[in-house]
Amino acid sequence: MSTYASHVVHGPEHGSVRDDVTVTPDAPVRAGARAAATRRQTAFRRVVYLVSILLMAVPLVSLVEYSVRFPLTGAVNLDAWRKIFAGRTNEYTTLDNLWLGLTNSLIMCLITVVIMLVLLLPTMVWVRLSGKKFSRFVEFVCLLPLTIPAVVLVVGLTPIYRVISTQILNSSAIWLSFAYVILVLPFSYRAMDAGLRAIDLKTLVEAARSFGASWLTVLLKVIVPNIKGALVSASFLSCAVVLGEFTLARLLAKDNLQTALFVINLSDSQVAAAMSFLALALTTILLVVMDLIMNRAPKAPKKLDASKTYRAPKKRIKDTTR
Amino acid sequence: MTTVPTSVGRADAARPTGRGAGGRPPAAATSVSSRTWVRALSRDAGILPFFAYTGIFLLLPTILVIIGAFTARDGGFSLDGIHQALNARTAKIFWTTTWLAAVTAIVGAVVGSVIAYALSTAPQGSVSRRVITAFNSVLAQFGGVMLAFAFIAMLGTNGMITRLLHSLFSVDVPSNLLSSMAGIVLVYIYFQIPLMVIVFVPAVDGLRSEWRETTMSFGGTTRTFWLSVAGPILAPRFLGALLLLFANAFSAFATAAALISQQTIIVPMAIESAIRNENNTNMTAYAQVLALGMILVIAVIMALYAALQRKTARWEQ
Repeated sequence: MSTYASHVVHGPEHGSVRDDVTVTPDAPVRAGARAAATRRQTAFRRVVYLVSILLMAVPLVSLVEYSVRFPLTGAVNLDAWRKIFAGRTNEYTTLDNLWLGLTNSLIMCLITVVIMLVLLLPTMVWVRLSGKKFSRFVEFVCLLPLTIPAVVLVVGLTPIYRVISTQILNSSAIWLSFAYVILVLPFSYRAMDAGLRAIDLKTLVEAARSFGASWLTVLLKVIVPNIKGALVSASFLSCAVVLGEFTLARLLAKDNLQTALFVINLSDSQVAAAMSFLALALTTILLVVMDLIMNRAPKAPKKLDASKTYRAPKKRIKDTTR
Repeated sequence: MTTVPTSVGRADAARPTGRGAGGRPPAAATSVSSRTWVRALSRDAGILPFFAYTGIFLLLPTILVIIGAFTARDGGFSLDGIHQALNARTAKIFWTTTWLAAVTAIVGAVVGSVIAYALSTAPQGSVSRRVITAFNSVLAQFGGVMLAFAFIAMLGTNGMITRLLHSLFSVDVPSNLLSSMAGIVLVYIYFQIPLMVIVFVPAVDGLRSEWRETTMSFGGTTRTFWLSVAGPILAPRFLGALLLLFANAFSAFATAAALISQQTIIVPMAIESAIRNENNTNMTAYAQVLALGMILVIAVIMALYAALQRKTARWEQ
């Protein structure tokens, strides 16, 4: 399947070269012109590719360089990195804020992912099983946070969090997770939607139910294992959102990783640069791993359901004309 | 799914019984309808947790903003907040934000679509493609503050590029570049292009080699292919992405906040300074009016986007 996909989807480069050889019953002169055009295009693409990689690398390299080069004298030292890898010690108390923010952010990753999964998975499964009635509505609501600016949300969340921190819970930063669940909805919705689309949910559920499985069993033992890749991907994306979140925390005056970076930049900008590099690089790795998991996932149900393989080409044509 | 036929069947069964009793058909009818209503509710109960959660943390905040913008300090309806906000300063901040979003969206969309095309020519499973896509989504969606720091490390007074330009070409980067409008545009472009790349790669991935082959075998050139085949196919997706980029830049806050601390130049920063000013309760109302203004702008963008989607759908039929 994956090789099939890469042939169809990435036709322009690999396909055209190969097709020039195989599918050219007409004029050989034109084939020569076509080959020249293909060469020009390949060159163009390579240049664009290289330039964009270079432009993307520059900020990262600059961050690393900045973190090891003392701004006033230009002397190179690894103090910033030493401070970070020393962890939370009494030696560098100036970084306490950073560790607090990082701890908060990691805890919030966990809470956000748990609430997101508990809220979204049953809802999405239920919507699919109960007909089309609410599917548009759920999709609309889930994608809404992409368009409603976080800074607008925060204006309305201020009174809500005033109630939460004084009357229901406390003023701890970790309760920001409730609002973060909203921010991660678009990303996790898309990931889970792709996962659920790839399996024959109705048949799976009906089969399990007819064997007497309870709804909880169906959810945990039948659906979850089948869309594991999508769930992992939804969780990773949620973590990426939470680790990078700044607006809500800043405006609601809570400490998380980004607000801590913001503050530490004023006193120790080298540590902020080193930490930014780490966060950017780790989040990127997180997403690459997610991509690998996600692309491996669809193979499992395909083995079970041969009809999917046959339906695949039709679907792709539909996708391309959209 | 299984509950639907059951409930319908029972309602049908109940109706003849009611008529058969003959005594009080209206009462029977109401009891049936109320029962079906309860059943309909329990049938739809699966949506309730989701509805409740998004109601509290998404719908309620939005409603609070809208109500707040029209509420006086004593709680009554008033347009005072709106009137107070309608001044030259607010207008200027909105105008700056709008053109900043528009300029960076256009540049981002044009450059991003070219990169997206180049990226789509790399094999899907290739390491470079995976890493670039992942890094792009980090830059575009999760890295506001960190991107700002990267720019300080690049183009700040002691930045790597600043020093390089100085030593190689004796060009001096203005020391206030990153807190000026030009600097902000530059930094915004650095997250707009990646966003365009991740949004647009699926669209260019959909271009099929057969289409190009067909164009070529009918004597078309690369130019014809792009102008008459790929262009019209990609145009709606491009415009849609452009609107998305506009909305993205319009609501961005983190990057600008990390670069500029002295002035408020864009709407989100004005909202921040209004919220953080706790001495003056009037300022909360001002923040709500500004937020309402943002909602209106975003609503216009969403309406345009929806119209575009409808038109595309009709065109494709």
